Amino acid sequence: MLSKRLIACLDVRDGKLAKSVKFVDTKDIGDPVEKAREYYADGLDELVFYDITASSDNRSIMLDVVEAVAREVFIPLSVGGGVRSVADATDLRLAGAEKINVNSAAVQRPQLIAECAEAIGDQNVVLSMDIRYAGATQVFPSGYEIVINGGRTPMGIDALAWAREGERLGAGELVVNSIDADGTREGYELTLTAMIAEAVRIPVIASGGAGEPQHLVDVLTTGKADAALVASMVHYGDFSVSELKRYVQDRGVKMRMSW
Amino acid sequence: MSWSSLVPDAIVIVDYDAGNLKSVQRACAEVGVTAAISNDPDRVRRAERVIFPGVGAAGSAMRSLIKTGLDAALKEAILAGTPVLGICLGLQISLDHSEENDTSTLGLIAGRVRRFQFDDPELKIPHMGWNEVRPVAAHPLLAGIEPGDEFYFVHGYYPAPIEQHHVYAVTDYEHDFACALGKDNYFATQFHPEKSGRVGLRLMEQFTCWNGSC
Repeated sequence: MLSKRLIACLDVRDGKLAKSVKFVDTKDIGDPVEKAREYYADGLDELVFYDITASSDNRSIMLDVVEAVAREVFIPLSVGGGVRSVADATDLRLAGAEKINVNSAAVQRPQLIAECAEAIGDQNVVLSMDIRYAGATQVFPSGYEIVINGGRTPMGIDALAWAREGERLGAGELVVNSIDADGTREGYELTLTAMIAEAVRIPVIASGGAGEPQHLVDVLTTGKADAALVASMVHYGDFSVSELKRYVQDRGVKMRMSW
Repeated sequence: MSWSSLVPDAIVIVDYDAGNLKSVQRACAEVGVTAAISNDPDRVRRAERVIFPGVGAAGSAMRSLIKTGLDAALKEAILAGTPVLGICLGLQISLDHSEENDTSTLGLIAGRVRRFQFDDPELKIPHMGWNEVRPVAAHPLLAGIEPGDEFYFVHGYYPAPIEQHHVYAVTDYEHDFACALGKDNYFATQFHPEKSGRVGLRLMEQFTCWNGSC
């Protein structure tokens, strides 16, 4: 039986680890390579690096970080943030990323998903969606809308329609990131996650809002997610990766427990 | 031809435009062996060991193998007794036929590759993530794998070999499917040992010293 996955997301700015709260006021919290090593040794299932570097001058630092991590961490490695072209995706793959996350640029130019899928394989293209509650209207039948630029720019696109379109264009996996829940530590957006997971055939990763171990259990059961993404819960030392996995496993959700 | 190109490589990773080969190369480095990535059929023929990895679609992969002559080189290396490790698409291509792009494949092991099809909409396709690998027969490359050890998978098609004696391990995704196949000096996994943490590296390490006998 397939295990549910615990994924840690490391937001990296100028080569350093940062964690955002509601996408503003990011603060540095350490060396990403060191954190990656620590989580790998503690049984992490998958690692995501998100490049939030503002200046394009510092983009190459991200490639160095990915390369350093790929040399010693032998689990799937996913990288996103600022991927605008197949060339960006290919550079990150050569540096050692398995999967490439596309987000804002794909909303602005959906064909990017198909181009990346063609170049690096469907299963390696992750469509990351930043989603905000909007209330059900004619424009947003699902009640949720897509936003970009770290939540600052609403796009007037229905979240559920975009998830289906992403799957059709060749995304191999979806990240459902709730802007409303992100940084609150009050739990994942279960309604949103379950709605999207039920509407697509590809795996769904839930993101945004984890604060307690029970939140992971909730999103992997009620929320129907295939994987739960955590950040601050583990970055600040409140919980270890293995402790979270044990908690979830003990509540009847199958996790990989030997590594 | 330079002198150095006549020296057999310890390991050649077959490069046929089918995915990220550097992760396989890094895993070899981690277990202490320098592996070369090459699309040169002669280097494949001469190598002490060969890794045949791959992600992507069966159709384009086969076209690329035939165009470069790597299909023949790979078959010759296997006939000559070279230990060969297939990974993921590398395994699928070793059977006779794949439903993916309705492709005729290398025919090293009798059987077909089928698409996962489930009535239960909650079973996602591709089969992506960590799943238990249960050995069903002893093999030097699977030595030390304990019940409960999980490996990383990502695939939408699965191998269906005809002869059960080629099956060395199975994995359950709605139904059991063969996740490790072997025949003499050829061994192949549907999972990715290079992305499967410590247990995956152990398999890679065992391959680097495998003499090709079971």
